[in-house]
Amino acid sequence: MSGPVEHAAGAGAEPLLRLEGLTRTFVSKHERTVAVDDVALDVARGELVTLLGPSGCGKTTTLRMIAGFETPTAGRVLLDGRDITNVPPRRRGTGMVFQNYALFPHLDVFENVAFGLKARGAARADVARRVEAVLERVDLPGYARRRVQDLSGGQQQRVALARALAPEPPLLLLDEPLSNLDAALRERTRAELHDLLKRLEITTVFVTHDQEEAFALSDRVALMRAGRIQQVGTPEELYTRPANVFVAGFLGRANLIPARVVEAGETLLCAVAGADRWLAWPAPELAGAGADTAVRLLARPEALVMVTDGSPGAGGEGIAGQVVERRFAGAVTWYRVAAAGTDLLVSAPADAAETGERVTLRPRNILYALPTGA
Amino acid sequence: MSAARRTLLLAGGVAALLLWAVAYPNLFVLLDSLRDAGGWTLDHYRTFVSSRAELRALWNSLWISGASVVLAALIGVPLAFLFAGADFPGRRILGALVSLPVLLPPLVGVIAFLFLYGETGFLTRGLQELLGLAGPPWRLSGAGAILLVHAYTMYVYFYLFTSAALARLDPALGEAAASLGASRWGMLRRVTLPMLAPALGGAGLLVFMTSMASFSAPYVFGGNFRVLTTQLFASKLNGALGLVAVEAVVLAASSLLFLALLQRYEAARLYTGAGKGPGQRGAPADPASAGKRWGVAALAGGLVAFLLLPHATVLVVSLVPDGTWTTELFPPAYSGENYVQVFTDRQAFVPILNSLRMATVATVGNVLLAFVAAYLMARRGAPLRGLVSTLVTLPWALPGTVLAVALATTFSVDQPLAGRFLLVGTGAILPLAYFIRNIPLVTRAALTSFRQFDPSLEEAAASLGATWPATMRRVALPLVLPGLAAGAMLAFVTALGEFVASILLYTHRTRPISIEILAQLRAFDFGAAAAYAVLLIVLMSAVFVLGQRALGDARPGL
Repeated sequence: MSGPVEHAAGAGAEPLLRLEGLTRTFVSKHERTVAVDDVALDVARGELVTLLGPSGCGKTTTLRMIAGFETPTAGRVLLDGRDITNVPPRRRGTGMVFQNYALFPHLDVFENVAFGLKARGAARADVARRVEAVLERVDLPGYARRRVQDLSGGQQQRVALARALAPEPPLLLLDEPLSNLDAALRERTRAELHDLLKRLEITTVFVTHDQEEAFALSDRVALMRAGRIQQVGTPEELYTRPANVFVAGFLGRANLIPARVVEAGETLLCAVAGADRWLAWPAPELAGAGADTAVRLLARPEALVMVTDGSPGAGGEGIAGQVVERRFAGAVTWYRVAAAGTDLLVSAPADAAETGERVTLRPRNILYALPTGA
Repeated sequence: MSAARRTLLLAGGVAALLLWAVAYPNLFVLLDSLRDAGGWTLDHYRTFVSSRAELRALWNSLWISGASVVLAALIGVPLAFLFAGADFPGRRILGALVSLPVLLPPLVGVIAFLFLYGETGFLTRGLQELLGLAGPPWRLSGAGAILLVHAYTMYVYFYLFTSAALARLDPALGEAAASLGASRWGMLRRVTLPMLAPALGGAGLLVFMTSMASFSAPYVFGGNFRVLTTQLFASKLNGALGLVAVEAVVLAASSLLFLALLQRYEAARLYTGAGKGPGQRGAPADPASAGKRWGVAALAGGLVAFLLLPHATVLVVSLVPDGTWTTELFPPAYSGENYVQVFTDRQAFVPILNSLRMATVATVGNVLLAFVAAYLMARRGAPLRGLVSTLVTLPWALPGTVLAVALATTFSVDQPLAGRFLLVGTGAILPLAYFIRNIPLVTRAALTSFRQFDPSLEEAAASLGATWPATMRRVALPLVLPGLAAGAMLAFVTALGEFVASILLYTHRTRPISIEILAQLRAFDFGAAAAYAVLLIVLMSAVFVLGQRALGDARPGL
């Protein structure tokens, strides 16, 4: 279930948040849906972990179980070693930023941010001081008496963040906080949010369906699908060494080239298209794989070098192919190349080849081998 | 307490209260129609079906309602086109005034017509003197009189529905039709009217339902011309309780049938609007010549004057001291005497006090119930949500006469274990009736506001450490308050002027304003009756103006 690299949360330290066998089943008249299926996850103090996945994968339900809005069917939620599975939301002390921000429309910025402090019975002077301080931290000083409706989407998001942070929760939960913004604003707000979260050094669980967002913000990413965690790891680990085909395909474009192991060692020497010998790191499932095992090599479009036939460097350990389609996309140009009995996607400079030209492809560096079944 | 448990508890409480107040009494009426001293029987239905008078009353109700629909449409639809199509001086003010007839409490509208078009009314007498006739040119009674009142009060539904539909109509559709070569007439026939069909159908059903339930006009003007509601009233006075139950069941069944049709129509209307949303509203008018604009303005002004005439009449009559006006066309003397009397004579002030007190009690109940019911109805997946929604809508469809009969039947014995209490003849029965009649109005108003109380706001408050009561007080209530207050105000004035259920349930000690108006009319003290009426209108108008802002559309009391 978990990926090849399970991070220990700090050296021997208790994780701040621990999910154990967390399961949520929804029963309706017609069917029984397992929204979250046996999810286990540790989040270390100060870490930002993202729950990433397509819609309906159970990431939001998982977050809502951490916040206490959903009751798990099975499993436990531990915060700082304490079982909070059955603690009502208002006693959990988790700060939450909602997808639509859920700012109280009848209260101004100050009263929104002060809400949690007042609910906990903080003294008046204390409330004012702390609201000012937290507005300062989210770069909204002087906005205390603005109406929340008059703020931009990005500012509203920061108010929502300030409101969640004001009671100084040990854990911050963010539910798709950027999905409400239009594309142009999202780019900028993501950068702001990134800076802010880095500065705050608060333990955070972040939910998103956007891979770029997850990669930009997270220390670690837990990729979910159909209620189960597919893999947990740093963005780089997930991208370069995906646990399975789903992970590989969800995180950017991926070519999967059928290959056969020729020689197994620390790396695998593989035969591709019957002839060549390409090197690949084995996925954990391929640990004991011997010679002649069928595998699939993961090659990102930028991991393949394309050389036109007849130019220097052609031939050798490359595989032969023909450019079927060339699509100019600005920074890169996409080439669809018929090779190894399939169509491979290659990104290369705009002048690399013409449609119809015969080319040779070879890996830029060591690839990654997945078992055929994954 | 967990959130799910709390919701279940609230839902259970609300559903139980609604079942007791709304469903239970009507169940008794149904049972009473099916039994007599000897046990279960269909005799009452046999009596109903074999009685010429009963069948005639049913037939009268049906054709009066059908004719009311036609008349109301003939006034309301052209009026909506007039105000939507052309720009003329005073358009906005006049457009607002056109919905004035809704502001007349049911009985007040009827007596205004009496003062205006009755045998001794201003218009009738004026015409008589002008033409030098020996007798009045017409008699305001029977079906004609009822239809006149219905047309006057119910065209507003057609006007409002058509106006709303015209405002939603995408001008691009007209432009598209024109670019395809349609003439103005062809456009109206082939584009505009089909687009308006759902709204017209909805208004038609609403008018039909309202006419079936109408009591005041048939009661005052009907004479021997009986419709179901007045026939039921007569049977009640005669003590034919089995027959009363059958009449109530027939009346309730037809209303429920039309409610079901109406809801299907409203659903259909949703689909029509589910295109790409309304486009830019085009310029409302062709730049007509100044002469034409003033012509239209004069026409519209005349119309509005006609619509305002009943209000003005009541006001004038209220200023006539008792016994000063006998044979003159216009009253010879005016004073504030009637108002002074209402406020200084203790006996005269009792009905006002009664109405204020009973309306207050009922409204407080309505607000409390509406808050919880709307909270549940706005939440997807709340338990018993469907049951609560249905029960909350039900009183809207039940004619006041039916409700009164149901309450009179159910609460005439003391059986606390069966949920029945002796309330008939006490001060509690009228507030209970007002409360039940206004459940849909207040709940709907609260629901409109609760829709903006996003569930995530409640979760946000919880995650910030607020308890549930604190969340309701600090987040939900401030957000819902405008709508709830508007609904409460409308319910309050509706209860203040309520007549239909009151006349079957009041006692001398608990008589409300409407019953006092009727009593003064019977004593030929028109001035005093009109003074009460004016006080009602003033109260209702003030509240209506305040309430309309926060409330999209609300059904006035009828």
